[in-house]
Amino acid sequence: MSGVRGVSGVRERLSSRVFSLAAVVTAILWTVPTLGLFLSSFRPEAEIKTTGWWTVFGSPHLTLANYREVLFGTGNASGRLADHLVNSIVITLPSVLFPLTLAFLAAYALAWIDFKGRDVLVVGIFALQIVPLQMVLVPLLRLFSRGWLFLPAWNATGAARFSQAWFAHTVFALPVAVFLLHNYLAGLPRDLIEAARVDGASHATLLLRIVLPLARPVLVTFAVIQFVWVWNDLLVAMTLSGGTAETAPVTVGLAAMAGTRGNEWQRLTAGAFVSAFVPLLVFLLFRRHVARGLLAGSVKG
Amino acid sequence: MPFDVVAQQPKLAHLLQGVVAFSAVVGLILLALHRGPARRRGAAFLLLAPALLLLTIGLLLPGLHTLGLSFMDDEGDTWVGVDNYVWMFTDPEALIALRNTLAWVVLVPPLVTGIGLLYAAAVVRARFRALALSLVLLPMAISFVGAGLVWKFVYAYRPAGAEQIGLLNELVVAFGGEPRQWLVDSPWNVLFLIVAMVWAQTGFAALLLAGAITAVPGEIVEAARLDGASPRQILRHITVPSIRPTLLVVVLTEVIGTFKAFDIVKTMTAGQFDTAVIAHEMYDQSFRYGRTGHGAALAVLLFLLVTPVVAYKVRTQRSVG
Repeated sequence: MSGVRGVSGVRERLSSRVFSLAAVVTAILWTVPTLGLFLSSFRPEAEIKTTGWWTVFGSPHLTLANYREVLFGTGNASGRLADHLVNSIVITLPSVLFPLTLAFLAAYALAWIDFKGRDVLVVGIFALQIVPLQMVLVPLLRLFSRGWLFLPAWNATGAARFSQAWFAHTVFALPVAVFLLHNYLAGLPRDLIEAARVDGASHATLLLRIVLPLARPVLVTFAVIQFVWVWNDLLVAMTLSGGTAETAPVTVGLAAMAGTRGNEWQRLTAGAFVSAFVPLLVFLLFRRHVARGLLAGSVKG
Repeated sequence: MPFDVVAQQPKLAHLLQGVVAFSAVVGLILLALHRGPARRRGAAFLLLAPALLLLTIGLLLPGLHTLGLSFMDDEGDTWVGVDNYVWMFTDPEALIALRNTLAWVVLVPPLVTGIGLLYAAAVVRARFRALALSLVLLPMAISFVGAGLVWKFVYAYRPAGAEQIGLLNELVVAFGGEPRQWLVDSPWNVLFLIVAMVWAQTGFAALLLAGAITAVPGEIVEAARLDGASPRQILRHITVPSIRPTLLVVVLTEVIGTFKAFDIVKTMTAGQFDTAVIAHEMYDQSFRYGRTGHGAALAVLLFLLVTPVVAYKVRTQRSVG
């Protein structure tokens, strides 16, 4: 009896050890490439281009020159990522705030006001989730540059280009945002809202005083996911942002460097981490919200 | 031109203007609502109007417009019937994009889900679970562009004899092989792009699946273990059946994401060396070559491929909650 248990115990330990080993190998495979890029970003240009990053442990010459170069460099090839970083911030903040607010208003109406045609609207807005960005970009660009149907041309130049990015990101986020918020708001306790209504509270009071505080977790979740999504977006940015350091976000700057100067690893390595720093920080600070948001918002893109 | 703080001021001013203007609109809506929710219909209309207007102008009409453009020439004024669709299924370059997309969508979702599941199952009851999940989630935070660069660096090539700077060629040389240009040699280069995609997405799968596995009742697992079930048996006969809905959501999400993959291809090869996929080819046709009709047809194809998957996913997700 004890013998049988012993054998199965050994097998169990062996098997769980195989599992742990596979997990360790995975963890290594998933971090070492990033580590290589990270270490390289601190190595002098001459060394990055001639020796592997793993040799850094033997001869650690580290420098911040690559970061200085990609952020503030004066050459044509330097990337000017500091400019692009400012653009990313200017693009991202309203692109989070606008859809969040509008979706909140819409979701409240859909969840808590009875009106004719409500169910059709709910299904209609949800269904718009299926439209991929690629279906929309060309007409949107035409709408902006030539005007379309009853809409005037909106030939934004300079900083006004940001408004077009806000518009696009807001529109693309709305179906998922309304979906997410409606599900949450519809689940709030009915008594609470009915009681306030009986007391004569207006919709504005209800929205701001009662529903908003209750909805905070889901609002934060959406904000975090939308922030990282917009910050990391390349497709919308490449189509609408004009591509220059004046208006394009940091992903476009980085992708341009990868395209034209694909072997300038001293710049690409540092540039990658300049671009990744902000979303990494957001991920670390809002880990729980990221987990929830990924499940809910993953339709988008 | 060096970084110029003064040059940033118009941008920040524009940001401020935008936020103030937006707040004013929302403020007016709330004020109108506060004055009196005379009729339910009116209130609902006020609250829904901005979102519906934007969705109509920015999503619904442009989508229909693209559908129209896919049956027109590149100027968008002459009907050409199904020419663009014929091009899509006959042109060698377009066919390569279709072939590659098929390879991506066959390989990425199962690999991401499989690796994510094994990893999640291994770390879910460990003490360092949070750290372990963060490690594989890292690639998601650094964006597809960043992930593309990470792997481009792993694949970096130096001629034989020279010291290698890419990890993969260093390993190949260490085992006595010849260094190769991983991203150039077709058709295998497609697989090396797929590796980057799998790497970038696995954390997502691991995180969601770890959450689902945590919810599996501990007593069932404990009982199975006492009956002598191995970890592999437990995974196969208890864990996987219990988390089937989440598994399905992950697979479907990956299918959707893979169809739309653009950034990794753009960053690593820009579609050269026969590595294009539908989403990337659509971009090139529309915005680099000015072939609006071709681009629109590819976009419609993408839409048709994604639609049933999204519909299925939303249905499944409702059961997950």
